[in-house]
Amino acid sequence: MSDIKYDVAIVGAGPAGLSAAIVLAKAGVNVIVVERGRFPGAKNVMGGVFYTDCMKGIVEEFPNGAPVERHIIEQRMWMIDDESYVGFGHKNAKFDKEPYNCHTVLRAQFDKWLAKQATDAGALIVNKTVVTEPIMEDGKVVGIKTGRPEGDIKANCVIVADGVNSLMAKSLGFRAKLKKESVALAVKEIIGLDEKVINDRFNVTGSQGVTIEMTGSLFKGAEAMAFLYTNKKSVSLGVGMIIEDMMKHNINPNELIESLKKHPAISPLIAGGETKEYLAHMIPEGGYNDMPQLVGDGVMITGDAATMVNAVHREGSNLAITSGKLAAQTYLEAAEEGDFSSAALSSYIDKLQESFVMSDLKKYKALPKLLQKNRQLLDKYPKLMNDAAFELLTVDGISKQEKQKHIWKNMKQQIGFTNMLKDLYKIWRSVG
Amino acid sequence: MRLEDKLYLIGFKVDEVGGSHLAIKDKSVCLACEMKQCLYICPCGVYEIDEIKNEVSINYDACVECGTCRVSCDEIDWHYPRGGFGVAYKFG
Ligand SMILES: Cc1cc2nc3c(=O)[nH]c(=O)nc-3n(C[C@H](O)[C@H](O)[C@H](O)COP(=O)(O)OP(=O)(O)OC[C@H]3O[C@@H](n4cnc5c(N)ncnc54)[C@H](O)[C@@H]3O)c2cc1C
Repeated sequence: MSDIKYDVAIVGAGPAGLSAAIVLAKAGVNVIVVERGRFPGAKNVMGGVFYTDCMKGIVEEFPNGAPVERHIIEQRMWMIDDESYVGFGHKNAKFDKEPYNCHTVLRAQFDKWLAKQATDAGALIVNKTVVTEPIMEDGKVVGIKTGRPEGDIKANCVIVADGVNSLMAKSLGFRAKLKKESVALAVKEIIGLDEKVINDRFNVTGSQGVTIEMTGSLFKGAEAMAFLYTNKKSVSLGVGMIIEDMMKHNINPNELIESLKKHPAISPLIAGGETKEYLAHMIPEGGYNDMPQLVGDGVMITGDAATMVNAVHREGSNLAITSGKLAAQTYLEAAEEGDFSSAALSSYIDKLQESFVMSDLKKYKALPKLLQKNRQLLDKYPKLMNDAAFELLTVDGISKQEKQKHIWKNMKQQIGFTNMLKDLYKIWRSVG
Repeated sequence: MRLEDKLYLIGFKVDEVGGSHLAIKDKSVCLACEMKQCLYICPCGVYEIDEIKNEVSINYDACVECGTCRVSCDEIDWHYPRGGFGVAYKFG
C-alpha cells in the first residue's frame, strides 16, 4: 500500500465515507476507503429508517436494486409508561407514492450494497484494516497509518468517517472525549416474523411499512427512547438511553430491551417472533454544541464522527451521506487550485451551513442540554398524560368535571402550574 | 431471553492470536470503585467479577465494540479488535 499516493484516503465505509467515495470516484479521483470490518456494514447498526432524498447526486434511481425493506406509509409516536401509551399517528397516501420518502434498511446489507456502488464507480475499498492514526507532516495531515505491516497510505486529503467512537477525531485533537451525558447506547433485536403476519398486525400490504417511536419510562423509572420498525420478514425493535442515565439507574441494556418486549403495547406485535440477531451501538446525541473541529490542513470530518445526528427526528444516516457528499465536493474544488490547507477546505463548513445539516443541528442545539437538565420533560409528562387518559376514559360513576379537577390537581402536585408553563416555554424555545 | 442465547446469534471472529482488545488500566481502581458500572452497563456482559482472583475479568470475545464501557469509565483502555476480527453482523 505504501508505494502509491492516493488523492483521497477515507477512514470508514459507513454512509458518510461511502457517499464521499462515490462522488469522488465518479469525478475520476483516485480514492481509497479503509474499513476495519470484514465487509462494509459488518460493524454497523441503525434503527433504521433511511431517507431517500439524500441519495440525489450519489446513486441515481435509488432505491432500484438497493436492499431496502419496506417504504414507510405510517409513523406512530407514543408516550409510554410501564403498562400504557398515549399516541399520535400519521398515515398518508402521499407516503405511498414514488419516490418514497423513506425505507427501512438493514445496515449489514445496505452498506455492502452502497460499497458496491463505490467500487463500481472506481473507488478502492480495503476491508479488514484498522486505521490507527493520521500521518502528520509539518502539522498537516498527509495520510493514514493502518494496522497492516507497511500499511501507511499517503494522500492529498483525508476524509474521516469513522463513526461515533471516532478515534481519528480524538487523535487529531479535534474533539474532547465523548461525554456520558450526551451519548446514548441503543440495543436492538431483529425479530423474525412471517410477512403476512406483519402485514396483518400493522395493517399494510406489499412493501408498505410502519414505524413506531416511543418515549417515556418503561424500566426502573428511567427515561428511554424506543422504536419498532417493520422490515419485510422481521421487525427491528430497539431501545436507547443516555449513558449517564443508565449509570444513575443501574440499567442493564439486555434487561431494558427484555422489559420493552414484555410491554403490553409491544408484546402482541412481536408475539410468535424469533430473535435473529442482538445488536448494540452508540448514538452521538449532543448535537450542534458537541461538534468537533470539522476541518484541518488536509482533513475533513463527516457523519457521526462529527456528531451529525438529529436525535429529535431520528435522522443520522442522511446527515452522514450529505456531509460525505459535501466533503467530496469541497475536495474537488480544492483540487482545482491544488490547495488542501484548512483555509481552502473550510468551504466544507460553508456548504454544511447552507444545507439542512447544519441548519437542523442548529435549530435543535439547545435541546440536549435542556433535556439533560429537565428530565421531567421526558419522564413525568408521558406518565401524567397516560394517567390523565386512563382517568378520563374510565367510566366509573365519577363525573367528568370531578375527573378533570383531579387530573389538574395531580398535575399541579407533580410539576406545579408555573413549572408547567416554564416547561412549555422552554420546549417552544428549543424546538419551535 | 437470556443474554447467553442472544450472544450465540451474533457472528464473531475471535482474535485468538492477538488476544483481548480491551484492558483495564489499573485494576486496583476497580476494587475501590463503588459504582462498578461496567458489570451492568455492557450490553454483552463482557465485564465480570472473577471471585477467585478478586478482580474484574474481561470476556473480550463477546464484545460488539459499541464503546459504552469507554464512555462510562475512564479506566478502560479501549481499542478496536485487529482488522477483520470481532463482531460481524448479518442484519445490522
Ligand atoms: C440504534 C440506532 C438507530 C438509528 N436509527 C436511525 C434511523 O432510523 N435513521 C437514521 O437516519 N439514522 C439512524 N441512526 C444513526 C445512523 O446509524 C448514523 O448516523 C450513521 O450510521 C452515521 O454514518 P457514518 O458513516 O458517519 O458512521 P458509521 O455508520 O458508524 O460508519 C463508520 C464506519 O467506519 C468504520 N471504522 C471506524 N473506525 C475505523 C478505523 N479506525 N479504521 C477503519 N474503519 C473504521 C466502521 O467499521 C464503520 O463501517 C441510528 C443509530 C443507532 C445506533
